[in-house]
Amino acid sequence: MKKEEILRNYEKRKDNLLYILHDFQDMNPYNYVTDDDMQLIADYLGLPYSKVYGTASFYSMISEKPRGKHIIRLCDSPPCHLMGSVDILDVLKDELGIKVGETTPDMTFTLEKTACLGVCGVAPVMMVDEEIYGNLTPKKVKKIIADYKEGKK
Amino acid sequence: MAQRLNVLVCSGASCLSSGSIDVKDALIEEIENNGLEEEIKIIETGCMGPCELGPVILVYPDEILYKKVKKEDVKDIVEQHFLKGRPVERLLYKSTETEKLIKKHEEIDYFKKQKKIVLRNCGMIDPESIEEYIALDGYEALGKALTEMNKEKVLKEIETSGLRGRGGAGFPTHLKWKFTKDADGDKKYVVCNADEGDPGAFMDRSVIEGDPHTVIEGMAIAAYVIGADMGYIYVRAEYPLAIERLRKAIKDAKEYGFLGENIFESGFNFDLEVRIGAGAFVCGEETALIHSIEGKRGTPRPRPPYPSVEGLWGKPTNLNNVETYANVRHIILKGGNWFSKIGTESSKGTKVFALSGDITNTGLAEVPMGTTIKELIYDIGGGAPEGKTIKAVQLGGPSGGCITHEYFDTPIDYESLTELGAMMGSGGVIAMSEDTCMVNTAKFFLDFNTFESCGKCTPCRVGLKQMYVILDRITKGEGETGDIDRLVELGENIKKTALCGLGQTAPNPVLSTIRYFRNEYRQHIEEKKCQAMVCTDLLTYYIEPDKCKACTLCAQNCPVDVIEGERGVVHEIQQEGCIKCGNCYDVCPFDAVVKTTGEF
Repeated sequence: MKKEEILRNYEKRKDNLLYILHDFQDMNPYNYVTDDDMQLIADYLGLPYSKVYGTASFYSMISEKPRGKHIIRLCDSPPCHLMGSVDILDVLKDELGIKVGETTPDMTFTLEKTACLGVCGVAPVMMVDEEIYGNLTPKKVKKIIADYKEGKK
Repeated sequence: MAQRLNVLVCSGASCLSSGSIDVKDALIEEIENNGLEEEIKIIETGCMGPCELGPVILVYPDEILYKKVKKEDVKDIVEQHFLKGRPVERLLYKSTETEKLIKKHEEIDYFKKQKKIVLRNCGMIDPESIEEYIALDGYEALGKALTEMNKEKVLKEIETSGLRGRGGAGFPTHLKWKFTKDADGDKKYVVCNADEGDPGAFMDRSVIEGDPHTVIEGMAIAAYVIGADMGYIYVRAEYPLAIERLRKAIKDAKEYGFLGENIFESGFNFDLEVRIGAGAFVCGEETALIHSIEGKRGTPRPRPPYPSVEGLWGKPTNLNNVETYANVRHIILKGGNWFSKIGTESSKGTKVFALSGDITNTGLAEVPMGTTIKELIYDIGGGAPEGKTIKAVQLGGPSGGCITHEYFDTPIDYESLTELGAMMGSGGVIAMSEDTCMVNTAKFFLDFNTFESCGKCTPCRVGLKQMYVILDRITKGEGETGDIDRLVELGENIKKTALCGLGQTAPNPVLSTIRYFRNEYRQHIEEKKCQAMVCTDLLTYYIEPDKCKACTLCAQNCPVDVIEGERGVVHEIQQEGCIKCGNCYDVCPFDAVVKTTGEF
């Protein structure tokens, strides 16, 4: 979907800003919102660029920098922490060869920590794009990463 | 032809992630293979509650519960149970007390001891079917309110019920509605807070994913009372399934005429939209949430004026939590009196709790107010797993405090918990065993709050950071005399001066753990000791010469090569370079590596 099409889906109301930012980000293969995007949105909504940038940069799920095709969000909240998310983080860092906040050189994965995903019943948990994976073990994590690498998901 | 069996497959987020879709697909295939499609109906429901046992399926009319079902089990279920009437024993729940297998789900303690009002439909109906919602009194309360009761009468029922806000603060719901109703404004709004950012909380998620219409109906009734014709449900973006189900429910409600114009031919108009967040915990605070809906940075503002008087776009706005709205229709249908008979003197009705951490039955539990903490975590929660003991529970997430086992006989209500330095919060209950370091846990919650601080006010932005620096030093063995007093002074000051609820409650986990676990803090600071063996910098690994067989396994697995020794020569860990990773401890086949804490 082109950028103009996205904008036409929404009335020119400032309260549509977050929706538009989400849509622009989801449409971008590198999962981020560019400076040009933000200027386009600003013009459409009749806002200064700084306001759009200020709002986009406030929210942790919106990125102004390019990210990988798949965003891995590991929950690091107390229930997951108690159930061993630290070990899962070590496995992820090993498998991907990157630290938290970084993207693999081939732009496939970005590793992020996230706040509680609300699936504490199956802690530890991670979200890859919009899929939830719970009851994680090092073995499971390795398989999930391998499946994504092979394009199975 | 009515089906002889209804098979309910739990499709709450936890069971979904455990593979319930594969189970459902296998069921469909196996039922078709056996030509049973006309006789057996499969229904995907919302969260049934016992996430630890997932994937869960419930077979009606016999109410047989199967736990931890895998797709490979489906063949047996269909052949043995559906065709021959013999439940599959290996998938039944086994009581930890009596060791007996329990077939019927209502006989399992976990279910038996709950009282479901808010969660009544969750796990029972297909959340994407408005017909099933209607079949279970759905939208009858709205119909009754609009056609048989005037606004004052509806408000009176809410007042009689004693319903208090379930988001955590416990403000009387009827008062909030009244203030918004009486406020001057040409336009008014109702808003639902479905931001649910509290770590360990997943009640609201389950209600929206399992029974979205109950929230819509509650909001419509509130809108009728206060005179609003527009509502918004603000859902965090980390809940894509909830967003999808809500959107569908709103669409269906519009088609059936429960939303839109002239609802029930009463002249009442009400429309509803979903608004999404983008990863900011502070947007759970009402004024920050309002700013976020308006398309701005989600920063709070001072109150007064309260949203009831000046909220969304400056108009009077009633903002309630998901669970609060979910109670409304039951109160209208059965009466405020009925509701007020449940619970305690000050806290009426039930509360949904989300159990997580070191507890056997993680998942959701709805109990009457006044249930003791002990009943919640032992009778329903099943206590700690694998022979551990629960030393404390954290109630209220990062705004709350911990309660130690000496106080487990405390009945749960708003006031009794606040007296203990904790709070009801939204309902997250995190169980902690003797393997948990309370100092590290406090640091953890503080880290979360520091990160999520919007930065607008100094006490929160700077103060929390300073508290974190002190806690960090303590967990690294660099604690100093006076650190505990500094933490208490800082914490109490921040509570009094921060701009919003995030900052005002962020010191709670620290203050509460100091109150009940001062000894652990003292040990960390004076003895450099972490009893729970969690704080890595306070641990020492050494090799007992008598037990060492010089197999070299530890040295081979040491990532920093600080273990000296060779075959036949007793090994020794050079403490200076040791990074305390614990690899040697894990791999030694002779238990010769000792993990200890304190002065070495």
